[in-house]
Order: sequence, then structure tokens, then C-alpha cells
Amino acid sequence: MKRIKIIGLVIIMTAAFKFVNAQDVPMPAPAQKEAITLQGGRLHVGNGLVIEKSTIIFESGKIIGASNFNSNTKGRVIDVSGKDIYPGLIATSSELGLVEIEAVRSTRDVNEVGLINSNVRASIAYNTDSRTTPTVRFNGVLTSQVTPNSGRISGTSSVMQMDAWNWEDALMKDDGVWIDFPNLFSYTGWWAEPGSFEKNKEYDNQLNELKSFLLESKAYCEKKDPLPINLKYGAMRGVFSGAMNLYIRAGGIKEMKSAISMCEELGIKPVLVGADDAYLMADELASKKISVILDKCHSLPSRTDDDIQQNYKTPTILQKAGVLFCISISGSWQTRNLAFEAGTAAAFGLTKEEALATITSNPAKILKMDNKIGTIEIGKNATLLVCEGDIMDMRTNKIEFAFIEGREISLGNKQLDLFHKFAAKYEIK
Amino acid sequence: MRKNILFCLLLISCTFLWGQQMITFPKNGVDEPKSGLYVFMNATIFLDYKTKLEHANLLIKDGKVMNCGGVFEIPSDAIKVDATGQFIYPSFIDLYSSYGEEPISKKNTGSNEYISNKKGAFGWNESIKPEIQGVENFAVDRKKAEEYLKLGFGVVLTHMNDGIARGTGTLVNLNDKRENEVVLKDIASNQFSFKKGSSEQSYPSSQMGTIALIRQTFYDALWYKSDNEKREYNLSLESWNKNQNLVQIFETNDKLDVLRADKIGDEFGIQFLFKSSGDEYQRVKEIKETNGKFILPLNFPKPYDVEDPYDAMMVSLADMKNWEMAPANPFLLQKELVDFCFTSSDLEKREEFLTNLRKAVEYGLPEEYALKALTFNPSMFIKALDIVGTLERGKQANFIITSKSIFDKDCIIYQNWVQGEKHLINNYDFKDLRGTYKLAMNGETYYLLSNGTAELPVVELMSADSTKIKATYLRTGNLISLNFNLPYKEDTVSNFYLLMATLSSDLNNWTGTAQSKTGKWFTWSATKIFPYDDKSDKKPIVPKIEWGKMLYPFVAYGNENLPQSENVLFKNATIWTNEKEGVLKNADVLVMNGKVMKVGVAISPVGAKVIDATGKYITCGIIDEHSHICISNGVNEGGQASSSEVQIGDQVNSEDINMYRQLSGGVVAAQLLHGSANPIGGQSALIKLRWGLAPEQMKITGAVGFIKFALGENVKQSNWGDRSVTRFPQTRMGVEQVYINYFTKAVQYDLMAKKKAMGALINFRRDLELEALAEIVNKKRFISCHSYVQSEINMLMHVADTFGFKVNTFTHILEGYKVADKMKAHGVSASTFADWWGYKYEVIDAIPYNAYILQKMGVNTCINSDDAEMGRRLNQEAAKSIKYGGMSEEEAWKMVTLNPAIALHLDAHMGSIKAGKDADLVVWSENPLSVYAQVEKTMIDGVIYYDKILDAQKREEINDERTRLLQKMLEAKKGGVPTQKPVKKIPEHNGCMGFETD
Repeated sequence: MKRIKIIGLVIIMTAAFKFVNAQDVPMPAPAQKEAITLQGGRLHVGNGLVIEKSTIIFESGKIIGASNFNSNTKGRVIDVSGKDIYPGLIATSSELGLVEIEAVRSTRDVNEVGLINSNVRASIAYNTDSRTTPTVRFNGVLTSQVTPNSGRISGTSSVMQMDAWNWEDALMKDDGVWIDFPNLFSYTGWWAEPGSFEKNKEYDNQLNELKSFLLESKAYCEKKDPLPINLKYGAMRGVFSGAMNLYIRAGGIKEMKSAISMCEELGIKPVLVGADDAYLMADELASKKISVILDKCHSLPSRTDDDIQQNYKTPTILQKAGVLFCISISGSWQTRNLAFEAGTAAAFGLTKEEALATITSNPAKILKMDNKIGTIEIGKNATLLVCEGDIMDMRTNKIEFAFIEGREISLGNKQLDLFHKFAAKYEIK
Repeated sequence: MRKNILFCLLLISCTFLWGQQMITFPKNGVDEPKSGLYVFMNATIFLDYKTKLEHANLLIKDGKVMNCGGVFEIPSDAIKVDATGQFIYPSFIDLYSSYGEEPISKKNTGSNEYISNKKGAFGWNESIKPEIQGVENFAVDRKKAEEYLKLGFGVVLTHMNDGIARGTGTLVNLNDKRENEVVLKDIASNQFSFKKGSSEQSYPSSQMGTIALIRQTFYDALWYKSDNEKREYNLSLESWNKNQNLVQIFETNDKLDVLRADKIGDEFGIQFLFKSSGDEYQRVKEIKETNGKFILPLNFPKPYDVEDPYDAMMVSLADMKNWEMAPANPFLLQKELVDFCFTSSDLEKREEFLTNLRKAVEYGLPEEYALKALTFNPSMFIKALDIVGTLERGKQANFIITSKSIFDKDCIIYQNWVQGEKHLINNYDFKDLRGTYKLAMNGETYYLLSNGTAELPVVELMSADSTKIKATYLRTGNLISLNFNLPYKEDTVSNFYLLMATLSSDLNNWTGTAQSKTGKWFTWSATKIFPYDDKSDKKPIVPKIEWGKMLYPFVAYGNENLPQSENVLFKNATIWTNEKEGVLKNADVLVMNGKVMKVGVAISPVGAKVIDATGKYITCGIIDEHSHICISNGVNEGGQASSSEVQIGDQVNSEDINMYRQLSGGVVAAQLLHGSANPIGGQSALIKLRWGLAPEQMKITGAVGFIKFALGENVKQSNWGDRSVTRFPQTRMGVEQVYINYFTKAVQYDLMAKKKAMGALINFRRDLELEALAEIVNKKRFISCHSYVQSEINMLMHVADTFGFKVNTFTHILEGYKVADKMKAHGVSASTFADWWGYKYEVIDAIPYNAYILQKMGVNTCINSDDAEMGRRLNQEAAKSIKYGGMSEEEAWKMVTLNPAIALHLDAHMGSIKAGKDADLVVWSENPLSVYAQVEKTMIDGVIYYDKILDAQKREEINDERTRLLQKMLEAKKGGVPTQKPVKKIPEHNGCMGFETD
């Protein structure tokens, strides 16, 4: 018995030495030194356009060429014929880097205590050394909007590029304040003792409380040198100046409508998050130019009588109505399936390029970062992917190269290491 | 002769517990014996529910019926009551009540109580209390009695409404007398329910646990009876045995519960009388097959207030249809010859009972049967037909006197006689006063309009200029008082009046005095000028009595008719056989009689329907090794570290929309697993997703038994919060010892069981928990074990080796890759998630290559869902192993089809497309492993249960039906019917409330 264990240990150790050269959190890539040309790949621009055979050149982290195949290469040339090239995928409404292990409280930095926390910032808690992030990059997600999640005003989200030494390196911008809109119904019970929904008797109060805060902070922010200094009000400045988004989590149609009308009073255009019932008001969303983050595309419908595939079909309804929306997965490790949720949306009505846009150019527009990311166009960040095939299909989502701002990042991760370790142990390929 | 009759009656009365005189009680004062000799003359009398006597007389004496009929000699000393034009019925009997029983409130200490801490020689579980005797706790409750009396009830069966085994019920009269006089049958029934009640014990925490507890107690009681050594005195089991010869009543919460209770009854040779919930019409065939009789509530749901279209969306089609159909429940049951009586329990307001009864009649229930269900049936069910239920000679004088037929909505109950004692409900000379009166007062003329019901008129005062003022109205016998505010007028002395009047004998004239606010007195009079006209009244719009189509199951997307097995030839498809033939292109598959007949090229249809499947892919159906769909009332019996006695099979829910949703993902079968709250969980059910069929018909016949085990954080309660730190085990070390301890006991038990089987042991206590574990040791039951880290996986295989069996499946098994070689050697299957990790500490080393490594190592590997959403995308989950590791498409596909069939011992007839196997087929729009693939048809045993085109049609039908019902509800509201507010519903999604339940 003991002997077997010792032999096992020896095998493990040899395997570790021989095959595992990556660390479970790979080293961030250095800045792009020479220009890179990707030759011959199928370019999915991210905005609906496809160039069947392309030449893409990027230098100093920026794209300087993205066109039909030609021989004007620059710097290092990589032959990517037969491969598909995509903009790096963008994960919105994410807990990446804020949560390491859901069930372990000490590894959760996402729920601050208190009702109004507009002044807490996700970026400063972002853990660049999370073991989860590399596994998500492995599937093509290169930018994430990390988001606090609790209370009525949860805090400020931050857009991070996902290959960095520390959060300052990673931070692209603190981009918006998040509101959890009051629900008309509240749930009583928990998993062991399931309860039921009851009318939220506090709804009106909660709504008033929220409105008051917004009105007061608006007045505060409009003053030149407001005194006394109120950090919570002050944190709203970007929202009222238009520099930042106001994200509102609301799922039910009435909550959504109520959120919109509240924002109209305040002269703000919110981004609705969750928005389960968005398909019921797609035209209204389109005409009011309110964008939406859908985070339940792989979910069951909320009502028994609903179309059983409603959540798979909602993207198509929003697309047809002309709503700007993106697909997101709230959570952390689950984010690696982002492309497949877009794939499901394509199975149920979107064109493949429309589906791709929901995880590239659309989120970039919603985050107001479409001048930098979301498409492969000249002048944008060279944050892009080379994939063996269709990125939205599980069978061909095999990323071969990933670049963030021109830096060729490692696709290694802890899970791959463990795979190699045990594949070596068992001598399997 | 006469003497003889009296003597007989005396004898009968002696056999009753009650007497007309309190024989044993001393009297304070002078005795006043009464004969109670009354005769009610010239009435319409229902001798029993089917014998209507016109112009008949009823003679009662000493609380009993002396005679009832046309012409008979009336004793000269009888008090004669003229009942001309009135109706007399045997009074009603309610068999489901806790009248006069003090309710027990829950202590709610919040403690985790494993063994009962109740003092006394009772059984181990506090929710089993057969020792409770309803009669001992019974105390007359005058107020409550009046509620019943007003509705025409004379007798109720009452019991202590608490716990699972609730003890005995007692049949009592509703008289306001000493308890000694009203008890009719002291120990009449044995009461059960699925509700745990006030017990603070952790077990049972689920309904399947409740059922297991009832079954075990039956076996314990059998053992107890035969235990000659009397090793234990157990008051609960003593009583349990004593109660066996009583009428056995089981309270159920829905139609499926009835079937569940009936199954328990069948096991122990008991036919329960079911207190049901009112939705039995939804599974009337199975309900009838129970052969049970029913106590039906008449609590018809109110229509929803659907004026807000968004709120209306929260109301499900099932709830809407139930609103429409519930009043027809009695009719639909009676049509199928299911016997029942009525109870007024479950009603929000008990006074709605008669209104709802009349509604049931409007919906088709024959009056004669309704009367039977109020009088004869309950009496027969409770075996009291010799005492109550009809007005035959010698029966107790329990009857009501009414103004007209009880089914007439204007019927007034005047009197309710119980044991020959009169209860005045409405004054005997009560008459309908409604109508229009001309009122003269103080020189002015007004009109009085009296509408509403005869018993509760609504009175308005109308002045000459037609303005109406509401008046309060009170009637005491033939005294009337009215009170109203007149609109202010300068010339009147005052605007506030109190009026008192007496009625004339013809009731058409009121005369009296009035006092104004200033204290001034007037005389006034009113004369009826028009009688009350029903039609002139603003009548509520009564929705037409009709109802939509039945649905099986009774939810949206249910089937109007059950889909039938078809002989089908699918032509020209790409067929993934999972056999050595591999993938066949341009091939056909012929389905006949629910089986695959032939797979190949250019097959002739031999009369089968031909379906062109050009460009389509056909596979066998997906089998989900780990699912929690279609389970009612609790997935976990977490009350103890071991719950091997519980069976998911007891709780299969045929009405779960998730079954249909899974079908849309190509799933045909699933193992319904117990949760992972304890090391030894409960027994699984293996089902096919036969959408529309009843629970028992969903189960796969011939499937072997499985049981859920669980390891790691969930069973250690690691993530249950800081309070859950006392249940053993709290460490992986403890988990091992739970198994060793239980299997040690099971092996010893098994030896005893074998001795018993050979007849070498008389006194044997059947233990359902150890029996299930012994089945594992004897390789008759197989383990599917929730597991994560390698140490515990290793451990359980050692435990199994020690006891001489093999673990069948490790489910989840996220670190399986670390011990894949050991698993291969043990011969265990693996059923894993494709790519889950990061949600708790024990999955920190989980990798998406797990399935690939296990499969490469020769372990039979499956991908499971544990989730009703992912369950319909298992094709996508399987495809992830192509990305993670590079598995071949065919091998990946087998992980959700053939491999789970092997793991579940179903591969002899499922898991591949092969002649002779079950025709469980899925037609896909493209390669089933593609993210873009959609299911077009899902077939089980040759029956197409899901069809993409039909699904779209169903959506339209649902929309039409919803629209129709919404209109009907709006009309009902407009017509003044009280409504209920829609409330958001919990989505049907077991296992989604946290990672603990999986």
C-alpha cells in the first residue's frame, strides 16, 4: 500500500518536471516589440463583415492593416491559412478576478455590505493572479468588465484587459455604476426549505430611496465645489456627465419599464442588465436606444407557459428590432462558455456574424470602448484571436494564438497543466 | 308491539355513547325530563338522498326519528309544526375537520433534533403519533359549531390536525352540550397526512422521507405485534396496531399525492379514504384506479385579477384552466363513478360551502348525487349509517328545514336539528322582505329598495329625485331598524334618521317610529309596491359553463390526447448508430411497435409512415445519468446521515414542464437522483420522459435499483453555514465511518433476513434502510456516488471492496482523472460535468479534460447535467470533450447515450440504434455535436413526444387558450366575482437553488 503511494508520487513528480513548464498562472506577455502579420486567415471583423482570406498587421499594440490577402507583410509573419481570426471576446457583467471559489467566503470580493456603495470600485480588488482567468482566456475571452454585485447600488465596474501583473496594468477604465433595481416580488426561502414569491411590500419605499439618492447625487454633482464632501454622491459624477454608464439590473418587464422611466426623469440612458423580459419590449428599447446585457441565454424561461426556448431566441428578437445588446455570463469560471452562448443564439436565429457581434463589437459599444476593442479594424487595439475553426462551436473553439494589445499572451493555465501532468502519468496523448 | 319497538329503540340508544339524559351526572335542581316529541307536517322530505316524499310528515322523539312518511298515526302529545312548503333533509356530515381540537403550534426552536425529546414511552419520531385520540382532546366549541350548523351540517368527524400519523378521529354532533352527550363514535377513524406538523425533528425533511417513515412504521408495528419477547414497550406502535381496524383516512395535497398514498395502502392491504385537494379530474383515470373513496373540498379557486396584462403573464395556463375546471371536479369524478363526500375544510370562508356546492351542481353534478355526498356517503364511509345519514326510523334526528330545495340559490335554511334539538338558523317565520317600498315620513315620500340576498338584503333609500342613499339595515324577528343620512337640506329639521318598525303579518307593511338627529320623533310607514324582481337586479354576469380541453399533463404544452406509438420509416438520414457500423450515410431506420426493426439502406416501409429525413441526423436518445427533474416535494432527505430507505420513485412528478423541455434537447431517459445532503442518500428512479403519462408509467420497467451516495463538502455540511456543525460526519474521516458502520449493520441484518426467509427466524423486524444497503452488498442495488476529490473516491472503492461489491458509478467525479487507473481497475463508471469547476473548494482541481482522460483510460464515461437547463444541451456538453482533449465525435456522442445506458444497466435495450432495441430516437437538424444543431423530433418507444413543428403549434394553442381564459376572467371580475392577485411563480428547477442539492 505504502509502496504504491510512493511510486505514484515519483511518477507525479517526474511528470511535473518533464511536461509542466507553465505555471498555473502564466507570466504576462511583454509589450509588442516587432510588428506581426497574420497571413491567410478568415477574418471575422466583429461588425458582421468577413474577409475570407486576409492579411492583418499590427504593431505597437495597434492594428495597422486588416484587408484582403496581399503580400505586403511586416515583421514576423504567421501563416494562419485555414484558421479563423476573431476580435478578443468581451465578457460583461463578470466576477472574474473578484471571485476565486464561490463557496469560500474569503475568496469572494464581490458583495460589499450596505445599500448604497456607488463609491466602491471593482478594479482595485481585481486579482490578476486568479487561477480562473487563464482558463477563460483559453477560450477566447480577453477583456472583462468586472462588476460588484450587492445592495441597491453595488458600486463601480471596471473594464480589464486580461493579461497583467497587477490591477493597474489591467485596468482600461472604471466604466459604470451598477444598480440592482427593486423587485416587485421578493422570494422567501432557500434551497433546503423552498419558499415562494411574495409581493415586495417595500417596493415603493425602495424605489423612492433609490430615486432620492440619484436626485441628490445629481444635484451634488452639478455643483462646482460641493460641500460637505460626499463620496457616494461624488462617485456618480461620471454617470451624470455621460462619461460613465449607469447599469441597472432588472429582469421583469415592469421593473424594466419602471427603471427606464426613472432614468428618463433624470435624463440618463441606462444599460439594462439581465432584462429577461426584453423580448416583450424590444421595439420600445430600440426606439429609446436603450442597450441591454443579456445574461441568461443558457437559462430556462422564467414562466412555465413561455416558449421553452425563449432565452435562446431572445437575442434574435432584439436583433430584429434593432436593439443594441450583448450576451454575457454572470459569474467567473462559467465565462469560458461565452462563445457557446452566442453559438446557441445563432442556432436559434441570429446569423453567425450577428452572434459574434454580441460578444465582440456590441459589448465594446455598450462599454463605450468601441474605439479600442471589439472589432479588427485599423487603429484599434490588437486584441485578437486565431482559432482553429468556428469559435462559437465547442468542437472547433481551439485558440491557437491570442494577442492583447499586440502582446502574444500565454494560453497556458492550471487545468491544462493538470491535464499534462496526468496524461503523462498514464502515458496518454 | 309498541312496547317492543320502544324496547328496541332503548336498546339502540344504549349502544350509543350519547344519551338523551346525562345518566351519570347529578342534577342541580329539579329534573325536567322531556320527550322531545315533535311532528313536522306536510313538508317535502328527503327520507334519504334518493327518496323524496311530498306532503310528508316527520315524527321525532328523544332525539330520534320515530317515523317519516305520508300517513301514519301522530301521537296526540306531539308538538305539531306546520312545515307546508318547506323542505326537510337529513343534515350534512363533514368528514374532514378539526372542530373542537386545540391546534398544536410549532415550537420553532430551530434546533436540529435527531431523536424525539418528547417525554414518555412513545415512538422515535414525533410526527408519528397514532396514540393521539381525537376524542380525548375534543371540547365543544360553540362558535365553530355554529359555522357548521348554518351550512346544514349536523355531524363532523374531527381529529387533531397535526403530524403524519395523527391518531384517531371522533365523530361528533354539533350540539352545544356537554362533550359526553355529543360524541357519536368515539374512535371512528385513523388519520394520516403528508404533513410533518409541529414535530421539530429533522427527519423527515422531504415527502419521500415521509412515505418511507410511514412504511417503516407499518413494518415496525407488525414486528411489534409479533415480538413475543416484548423487548420494547412502545405506546405509538401499540396505538398504531389498535387503530388498524378503523376507517383509514389519508389527507393528500394534490392528485399525485392520492396515487402516492394509495401505493402505500396497497403495500399494506389498506384502502384509504382520501381527503383530496380538488384537482383529481386532471388524472381521473388513475384516480379511479385507486378504488378509493374521496372527501372532496369545494374550494374552487377565485379568478385572477388579470386587468394588468403583465401581471396576467404570471398566471400559468394550468392555474387558469384549473380555475375554469375545478368546479367541474365533482361532476367529472362522479361521471367516472368515483365515490365521494364533501368537506367544508380548505375553504377560505366556510360560508362559501353551499354556494360552491350549487356551483358544482351547475357544472353537471346531479343533485341526487350531491345530496348523497352530503348525507349518505359520509355516513357510509365512516360506518355510521346505522345512526345518521338518512331520516329512516331509528336514526338520529339530525335534519334541516329549508325554504326550498337546498340547490336553489335562494334557499334559506331555517332550522338545523341535531339529536332532536333545534338550532335556529333563520327565524322559522323568516320571509324574504326584498322588494320596492314606498316610504312616507315627515310628509315626504321616499322609496326603499331592498336587494341583495334574502338573508342579507342591501337596503337603499331613494328620494323622489332618484338620488340613492345607502341605509344600514338590521332585522330582529319582525322588528326592523334602519339608519341613514339624508342629503342635507335647509328645510329639513335634520338629515339623520333612525327608524324602527314592526312588520305586519303579511310582511308587506312596515309601520314604526323614527328619530332624527335632533331627537325629534316621527311616525313613518312603508308599503311594498313591487316584489323583489330577480331580473331587475344588477345581475352578475355568470360566465358560461363550459371548459377547455383536458391536458395531459395538466400544464402548458401538455397533450390533449396522449401521443400514440407509430410505425415509422425515417428515410435517407445520417444515422449515428453507436454500434460497430458507426455512422451510416443516406440510411434508413424502421420503427415498429416501439422498437427499432431495421437499420440500413433502402428499407421498405412495410406499411409504416415514411418520414423523409434527407439532410437530417438521427441518433438514439440522450440519457441523463444525473437529473433532478420531475421530482415533487423535496430532492433531499437530509434529516439523517443515511436515508437509504427513501425512494425518489415515490415522488415522480409527471406534471413537470422540464420533462418537455428536456425532450426538446433530445433527452429520452434520466436517472432521477436523490440530492447530496447526506452520505447515504435515497433510491433513484429511472424514467423515460413519456410526457403526458402518469408517474408509474414513466418508470422504466425492469430497470435495476440505484441509490445515491455522496461524499465531500455537501455531506459534511461544509457550506451550510456556521450552525450546521453538529451532524455526524463533519470530516471525510467521518464519512468513511458512516459507510463502514452502515454496511456492517446491513451485512448482519442480511444474515437475519436470510434466516427469516428460510423460516428459521420468527421475530424479524424488517428494516427498509438496512434492506436497501443489503441489496447493495448482494449486488441487487447499485450506487451512483456524488464525488469530487481523489481521496474520497479511493476511499469508497476500498469500502466497497471490503464488503465485496463494486461502486457502480461515480457521478460528478471531477478529480476522477487523478485516480482513473484505480477506477478502471475497480470497474466503476464515471458520470461527470464537461467543464464545471471553481464553485467550491473541493472542485479547485477539476479540469475539463477529465472526461477525456477517464475515457482514454477505459473507464465507461458519461456526461451528465444535474440541471434542467443544461440537460437540454447535453449534446453541447458532450462536444466539449472534442475541444478538451480531442475525443472523436463518436466517442463524445456515446458519453451522453450509450455510456449512460451502460452505467444504468439499460444498454440491453437502450443506448444505440440497433434492431430490437427501444425506438428512442432523435432527429437533428445537423450534426448533433454542433452548437447549431436543433432537435426536430424526439421519439420514445416509437412515440413522438416532441416535434419542433408541433411545438410551434402548441405555442399558438397556448396563446389562444390563455386569451380565451383571460377574457373569461375579466368578465368574471366585471360581473362582481371576487378575484385573487397574480403572484410570481417559482420556476420549476430543482437543483438550481445552490450547489448543495446536486
